[in-house]
Amino acid sequence: MKLIILEQYDQVSEWAAKYVRNKILLFNPGPERYFTLGLPTGGTPLGCYKKLIEFYKNGEVSFQYVKTFNMDEYVGLPRDHPESYHSFMWNNFFKYIDIRAENVHILDGNAADLPSECQAFEKKIQDAGGIELFVGGIGPDGHIAFNEPGSSLVSRTRVKTLAMDTIQANARFFDGDLSKVPTMALTVGVGTVMEAKEVMILITGGHKAFALYKAIEEGVNHMWTVSAFQQHPQTLFVCDEDATLELRVKTVKYFKGMMHVHNKLVDPLPGSLKKN
Amino acid sequence: MPSNGSVSDAPITQFINCRILKEHTLQREDLWVRDGRILDPEKLFFDEQGYADRQLDCGGAILAPGFIDVQLNGGYGVDFSTPSEDPGAGVAFVAKKILEHGVTSFCPTLVTSPPSVYHKVLQRFSFFTARCEFQSGGVHGAGVLGVHLEGPFISLEKKGAHPEQFLRTFGGSGGVNPLLEVYGGLDNVSMVTLAPELAGSQSVVEELSQRGVTVSLGHSVANLSQAEEAVQQGASFITHLFNAMLPFHHRDPGIVGLLTSNRIPAGRSVFYGMIADGIHTNPAALRIAHRAHPAGLVLVTDAIMAMGLPPGRHTLGQQVIEIQGLHAYVAGTTTLSGSIATMDMCVRHFQQASGCSVPEALEAASLHPAQLLGISHQKGSLEYGCDADLVLMDDQMVLEATYISGVEVWRK
Repeated sequence: MKLIILEQYDQVSEWAAKYVRNKILLFNPGPERYFTLGLPTGGTPLGCYKKLIEFYKNGEVSFQYVKTFNMDEYVGLPRDHPESYHSFMWNNFFKYIDIRAENVHILDGNAADLPSECQAFEKKIQDAGGIELFVGGIGPDGHIAFNEPGSSLVSRTRVKTLAMDTIQANARFFDGDLSKVPTMALTVGVGTVMEAKEVMILITGGHKAFALYKAIEEGVNHMWTVSAFQQHPQTLFVCDEDATLELRVKTVKYFKGMMHVHNKLVDPLPGSLKKN
Repeated sequence: MPSNGSVSDAPITQFINCRILKEHTLQREDLWVRDGRILDPEKLFFDEQGYADRQLDCGGAILAPGFIDVQLNGGYGVDFSTPSEDPGAGVAFVAKKILEHGVTSFCPTLVTSPPSVYHKVLQRFSFFTARCEFQSGGVHGAGVLGVHLEGPFISLEKKGAHPEQFLRTFGGSGGVNPLLEVYGGLDNVSMVTLAPELAGSQSVVEELSQRGVTVSLGHSVANLSQAEEAVQQGASFITHLFNAMLPFHHRDPGIVGLLTSNRIPAGRSVFYGMIADGIHTNPAALRIAHRAHPAGLVLVTDAIMAMGLPPGRHTLGQQVIEIQGLHAYVAGTTTLSGSIATMDMCVRHFQQASGCSVPEALEAASLHPAQLLGISHQKGSLEYGCDADLVLMDDQMVLEATYISGVEVWRK
């Protein structure tokens, strides 16, 4: 595991975006060779998307040969509802970049047969050759995607009933009205994300400090589903100072001491800035 | 490149790198057009998995709805009210020229004329607009949204430049019969300016409104309660506010009082035309109207045939006109012979004079006239599904290009 500690949200966003950019460039995707990227929604990745759009506009990266797979979507929420994850991805990322619609995959929460929609999603990931890089965020209770506390750590894409905490937290997006918040979602499983070649998890803010502590300093535990990634061979946690508040000084110092090494991962690639 | 949609095979144009006027603000968004209409790109992306066939770089400019002029009497030496061999040709000529002022649709306006002129001209207009409800615009010129008939049922005292001998009253027959008689028909008529104080006006206003003709109050000495009554019968517009009506008086504000009247039926709004050329309306009066009722302000040019002609003396019909700067005088005098304002100039002047925002100024020449004519689902805004009638302009609102149905029809 790598733990990248940066000062604030903006630096986290920029670092993560540069990492994604470099991964795509190093992969050297083409018509016969698509880069597969797993994507989250929510407030945490927003800054990262903004940076990626900037890189695209500067000609530093293209998404022409990128296939994306989103983590989750609400059940029963109309696709064009402003809070649907389809709308989120369109309004915050896809409409600004050169990705083709046929390469975008988001679970359909309005499918007639939800279990087969989930199975089909797993199959699409497989057919695309698995996921190169899965980017994720977590909730304060340590959930990744909608894998709420207690979810199986080998779970696959499926229908999930949301925890009361999540419904209450999301009410702010639905006029503060609990009855308007969807109570179910489709989500990739912990096992689905575990199969990605690489996983990058963004964690910012003091309210997520305890979850980060549970994720990396305590044992693997299905009540903190993000802790499963301790057993993933290639995981990065990218966090800000506030998110480290519950960590041991020793842990923080150790990883900060390695920043000069880790920062090389996001250096501009030779020649990549000379395009355009 | 062949297109990709499952809904339509028409090619898709994406205007990029622009600031579009939407929801009353300038937004950094792309604008997508297919089949001449503005497309919802999110639906295209998720429902059709489609993409644009070509991208048009706007270089950071403002992209706004095309202007709509509901009061234009002529221009470039053409007077719509003067019968000619082919009135359609005159309108078509002006329609083409005003593309360079950002006007993508307009109402050719006829001032008070004898019945024979109405019959002849309207007949030709009807020929001109026969194909559909209104003549759609294109490379050939701005679209015609029906004719605006200003008179002859107006006040003698406030006739302005209208010829006195042709003024009419409604007579006793009731309803629109006198209008049908004088005009020869109401097909292709979108607006009638009349004086509501004339006897019998109630049933005329009511019937015109029911027929979908916009009733405008003007060239009138009506007091406020007469004006309010006309609005309650269906009138929705005031022709060139302040001009050719009683001046504002605090004990009877007259037609001007409609701007702040509390007797407008719920859910309705009164619009008012403004000639914002800096000559026909004092900037202070413009500001009073704008601050009292910003959502009703409709910019009109009310331009006459001298509009578009170069400075100097011109013989137009029976008149000799001298153009100096923005003024058109009856030659040898200081009598104004009418407005020679262009719509883009009015938009800029209105913004400077009123201190309003750029979006507000643009909407006064697009959204508001469209709402007035009841066509805001189709024109005057950049909402999905609307016609892609567009103006491209810099931050000073100086025009760079005009588009109708997504097709470039003029470029500087």
